[in-house]
Amino acid sequence: MVNESAIFVRGLKKSYTSKANGSKDAVAGIDLDVSRGEIFAILGPNGAGKTTTVEILEGYRNRDGGEVKVLGQDPAKLGTDSWAWRNRIGIVLQSTNDSQDLSVAETVHHFANYYSNPRDPEAVIHEVGLTDKAMARIQTLSGGQRRRLDVALGIIGNPEILFLDEPTTGFDPEARRAFWDLIHKLRDEGTTILLTTHYLDEAEALADRVAVIVDGKILEVSTPENLGGRNTAKARISWLENGLKQEIESDSPAAEVVKLSSRFGGEVPELTVIRPSLEDIYLKMIGQV
Amino acid sequence: MKPSIIKVGFLRGGLEIKQFMRQRESVVFTLLFPVMLLFIFGSVFKGDLAPGVTFSQYFVAGMIASGLVNTGFQQLAIMIPIERDFGTLKRLRGTPVSPISYFIGKAVLVFVAMVVQVGALMGFGAALFGLDLPNTTERWLRFAWLILLGSICSTILGIAFSAIPKNGRGASAVVSPIVIILQFFSGVFFVFSTLPQWMQQFAALFPLKWLTQGMRSVFLPESFATQEVAKSWEIPQIAIVLLIWTVVGTILALKTFKWSDK
Repeated sequence: MVNESAIFVRGLKKSYTSKANGSKDAVAGIDLDVSRGEIFAILGPNGAGKTTTVEILEGYRNRDGGEVKVLGQDPAKLGTDSWAWRNRIGIVLQSTNDSQDLSVAETVHHFANYYSNPRDPEAVIHEVGLTDKAMARIQTLSGGQRRRLDVALGIIGNPEILFLDEPTTGFDPEARRAFWDLIHKLRDEGTTILLTTHYLDEAEALADRVAVIVDGKILEVSTPENLGGRNTAKARISWLENGLKQEIESDSPAAEVVKLSSRFGGEVPELTVIRPSLEDIYLKMIGQV
Repeated sequence: MKPSIIKVGFLRGGLEIKQFMRQRESVVFTLLFPVMLLFIFGSVFKGDLAPGVTFSQYFVAGMIASGLVNTGFQQLAIMIPIERDFGTLKRLRGTPVSPISYFIGKAVLVFVAMVVQVGALMGFGAALFGLDLPNTTERWLRFAWLILLGSICSTILGIAFSAIPKNGRGASAVVSPIVIILQFFSGVFFVFSTLPQWMQQFAALFPLKWLTQGMRSVFLPESFATQEVAKSWEIPQIAIVLLIWTVVGTILALKTFKWSDK
């Protein structure tokens, strides 16, 4: 299929039964469509069902209901095709703690053997910024360096879809910027990327579209710019007048600034005009539920 | 092109050996523990079991056989739940690696560790306790297939059993008593023919008794065969029992193997 969507989900359901709480819906009917070459972010508070959803798409968990296709295949019914399907996807899980006694280079080179068309291991190590640590044992890496190794192992197979579950936890700001550049580069090469994250600035910097999940349901799917009516939300204008901070909200901030400026006869002390950030919108959204 | 399952299995084996060699404690333990046991038992029991057969000579056969069970079954049934806890298996599950490649990797690790362990045991035994090494080509060949088939059988049973412990912390408590009881029942620490009959019959259900007997056929004089319970080494039976357990273990391992605890 030429135009198959990368990820297609309808009515996905999954519940867990525990002795303490009885049956709980972790995923309560989710629809998703992710196109080829798209960076799609899933946002939501802890326990919202992000990881459960992603692990069903990755073929780690069974679902209770709904339809799922990843690269045209149902991850729960791979059968003998499992190899070919896994050869086309890359997975970066939440924290792992394996292979402590191997070096970065040994591990990346070894994983390249698993795939039919791997990337060049040295180039991948360079791309994730671990060239200086290539010979270091994994147990000597910092948390952020380990995470970058996880990413290296996720992309070594040259995947068509890359799943990233909270990929930049523990990164310093510089490493995060470098990671974002890498993700953009992968997307430019045609890789579809599904990302879960806690960081709103990360979603804003990377994602073409975001979905907000709360209590196993999707509240909204939109671009970061338009999520929650952000593009039409009122702007906040603040300034200093008579030694006090003044603040108003407005749909037409430019007109307000012109008015202020004429009142002050030019410059307005400590003038700021702020559009709501993605974080403001997101917090408002999950607070509503 | 799809990488071959067998080739990836051997590559995994190489990686497993590398990791194993870098864990100094486990290397020292695997190599020296049998030697220490030989030293202790060899110092306590000085007498001959038969003309020209020292207790050490008898005991080495049992030590090598139980080395196969320790290095394969016991080590894997403990190590695989730990790998599940650490996410090693979950990560592999997300790659195109076949479980069979993973199994082959483990078997390669067990076989290589066994060869090194047996080398150390025979070297120390010959140097310090007058251990007689096998003296015919036939015996060396039998020794070789016993180690090879024993490693594979023990590996696959360890993988199959690894589905039982819930996590790495509890694994040792589940696995170790089974191994120790089998060692007592199978004639590793005592002369098998002197054990109660019900113990002998129970042990005959499991591979360790047969491996021990096979190793005696390699290390003890031909004349000693008459002192076996069956008055013979029963070589064909040994091969059949090991093969049956290998096949049963493979079916169980493929059915029950869990990449993660979910």
